[in-house]
Amino acid sequence: MDAIFLIEQLLNGLGYGLMLFLLAAGLTLVFGIMDTMNLAHGSLYMVGAYIAAQVHERSGSFVGAVFMAMAATVVIAFVLEMLVVRRIYSRGHLAQVIATFGIILIADDLVKAIWGPAPMLASTPAALAGPVQLLAELPYPAYRLAMLAVGLLVALGLYLLVNHTRIGMLVRAGASNRAMAECMGVRVDGVFSFIFALGAALAALAGAMMGPISAVQIGMGEAILIPALVVIVIGGIGSIRGAFVAALLVGLVDTAGRAFLPPALRAVLPPALAADLGPALAGIAMYVLMAAVLILKPAGLFPARA
Amino acid sequence: MLKLKTATLTLALCSALNVHAADPIKVGVALDISGPFATIGAETRDGLNLAIERLNGQLGGVPTEFLQTDFAGNPEQANQLVNRYLQRDKIDFFTGPVASNSALAVGPALFAAQVPFLSSNPGPSQYAGKQCNPYFFGVSYQNDTYDEAAGKVANEKGYKNMVLIAPNYPAGKDHLNGFKRLYKGAIKDEIYTKVGQIDYAAEIAQIRAAKPDAVFFFLPAAMGINFIKQYVGGGLKDIPMIAPGFSADQDVIAAVGEPTMGLYNTAHWAHDLPVPANVEFVAAFRKKYDGRYPTVYAAQAYDVIMAMDAAVREVDGKVSDRAAVLAALKKANFKSVRGDFSYGPNHFPIQNYYLRVVEKDANGQLTNKLVSTVLEKHQDAYVGECQM
Repeated sequence: MDAIFLIEQLLNGLGYGLMLFLLAAGLTLVFGIMDTMNLAHGSLYMVGAYIAAQVHERSGSFVGAVFMAMAATVVIAFVLEMLVVRRIYSRGHLAQVIATFGIILIADDLVKAIWGPAPMLASTPAALAGPVQLLAELPYPAYRLAMLAVGLLVALGLYLLVNHTRIGMLVRAGASNRAMAECMGVRVDGVFSFIFALGAALAALAGAMMGPISAVQIGMGEAILIPALVVIVIGGIGSIRGAFVAALLVGLVDTAGRAFLPPALRAVLPPALAADLGPALAGIAMYVLMAAVLILKPAGLFPARA
Repeated sequence: MLKLKTATLTLALCSALNVHAADPIKVGVALDISGPFATIGAETRDGLNLAIERLNGQLGGVPTEFLQTDFAGNPEQANQLVNRYLQRDKIDFFTGPVASNSALAVGPALFAAQVPFLSSNPGPSQYAGKQCNPYFFGVSYQNDTYDEAAGKVANEKGYKNMVLIAPNYPAGKDHLNGFKRLYKGAIKDEIYTKVGQIDYAAEIAQIRAAKPDAVFFFLPAAMGINFIKQYVGGGLKDIPMIAPGFSADQDVIAAVGEPTMGLYNTAHWAHDLPVPANVEFVAAFRKKYDGRYPTVYAAQAYDVIMAMDAAVREVDGKVSDRAAVLAALKKANFKSVRGDFSYGPNHFPIQNYYLRVVEKDANGQLTNKLVSTVLEKHQDAYVGECQM
C-alpha cells in the first residue's frame, strides 16, 4: 500500500463526498426549516441529469448544459412547491413521505415517456475527458478534479450565503426556531420557497455533474437519495455545516471501506471468509458510521436546533 | 325425445366449449421494470411482448393471459408477487426475474405448487446443481458458462495476470467462479462491490495499483455503464477489458458510447448470428422498437415464450397434465434464436458460446459483432451434482 494509492483514494472519497453534499444541502435545509420530508429531491437530481445530457448532446456546450439544467429544474421545483409541497408542510411526516413518494413515481414515468426506458448517453466534455498527470505516477481523471472544484466552490458559496447575508440569517433563524422567527416578523414561507428552489438548483447541479460518470437512467435519484439521507442525519438536520462535514465523512468512510477493508481482512482471515465478509462490511460502513454518531450525538454532529 | 337429446347434446357441447373458453392459460411474469436491473427488465419485457404479439396472444393456439407485474428487483417483493400469482391467479407458467437472487427466492414456492419456471435470464449454480428441480428450466444459460468462455478467450489472448470484479450477490460469485474455471493465468485481485454501486473510483484505484494485463468485469446494467465510463476517464483504457456479454450488451453500449469500442465479450447469442429464426427475430424487433438492436435479454425472453408455445402445442393445451408439460418442455422443440440446442439432465442447455466485439455497423451505430465460436456444445460444471 503506497502513498500514491492513499492519495488517490483520498481524492476519490472527497469527490464522492462533495457530490453527496450538493444533494444533501438542499435536502437538509428543506427538512430543517419546514420540517418537511422531501423524497422527491432525488427526482430533481434525475431531471437535472437528463436535461443536462440532452442539452449537452444538442448544443455541445457542457457549461451551458449545466446552467440550463439548473434553470429548468428550478422552474420545475417552483411549480412543484406551489402545487404540492406548500400544501403538505403543515401535515405530518407520513403525509409528506406519501405525497413526495408519489411525485417520485410520477417523475419516473414522465421521464420514461419523454426519454424512453433505456439509459441515456451522457458524454464527458471533450476538454475534461482524459486523465491529468497529478503526480509522476498518479494520473487522475480531469473530470473528477473539476467535480472536486465545483463541489468546493458551492460549499464556499453556501457558507457565505448562509453566514454572511441577510437571507442567510433568515434561513438560520427559520432552521433554529421557526415559530420564534415567525413571531419576529420573518416571512418563513418566502424563505422556504427560496430554499426549495436553491435545493433544486443544487440537486440539478449534482445530477448534471454526475451524468458523465454514472448511468443517466430512471431511478438514479432513488439510488443516491439514501446516502444523502444518511448524510443529513449524521450532520444534524437543518445544518449546512453539518451536511458538509458529514458528506465528506461518508464519502471517505465509504471509499476507505471499499478500498482497504477487503485487503485487510484477507490478511487476517481465511480467503473464503474474507471474500464474503469484506464486501458486506464495506457496504454497511456508512450505516455503521451513522449508528455510531447517533449513539454519541443523537441530534447529529451539528444540530441546527440548539 | 329427439328434441331432448339434441338439447342435451347442445348443452353438453356448450358447456364443453365454455370450460374451454373460461380457462385460458395463465402465465405469471415478474418484471424488473424499476430497481437495479431496470434496463434489463425493460429489454425482457420488450422481448416477451414481441413474442406474444407474434403468437397473437396465444400459446399453442390456446388463448393465454400474460400477467406482467413489476417487483423492483427486490427478492422479497418477488416472493409476495409469486404467492399472489399462485394463490389468486393460479398460474400455469412463470418467468421474468432478471437476477439470480430473485430467482432463488421465488423457486421453492413455484416448485411446491408444480408450476414450471422458465428462466428468461438467471441461471444460478444452485439450480444447476444440488437444488436442481424438474420444474425449473434454465432456458437461457447457466451463470458460470459465459465466463468459462471468457476465461478461455483470456488464455488465447495470452493474459498472464488479471483483476476480476463483480457485484456481491449470487450471480456475481457464479460468474467469477466460471471465469476462474477455465482461465489458467494468475489472479491479482478479486473485487466484489455493492449491487447498484454508483461510484467505482476506489476499485479503479485498486486496479491501477495492481497493474494487471487485463480486467475481467461482470457488472450488468447501470453498474457496467458507471464502471466503463469511470474506467476510461481514469486513464486505464490501455489495460484491456474482457467481459461476459451482460457487461457489454446493447443497453450498456448505447449509454456509454465510444469507450465501449473494441470491448471483447462472450455470449450464447449474437444479433448477427446466422440462424433463420434469429434473422426473423432481429428484423421484427428492430421494426417494432424504432430500429434498436435487441440485447441478449430480449432474445432470451423471446425464446422463453416460444418454448412455452411449443410445449403447450405438444400437450394439446392440456397444461394441467404437468408431467406431460415438463416432458414437452424438456425436448426444446422450438425454433430458438440461438439455433438448436438440447437440455442436460439438470434442465440447463448444452449450447455454443461465441466471442463478440463492439464495433460500428454499416450505419456507424455501435453494436456487437460476432467474431468466433469459443465453446461448442458446452455444458455447465454443476450437472454432476444434480439428482433429479
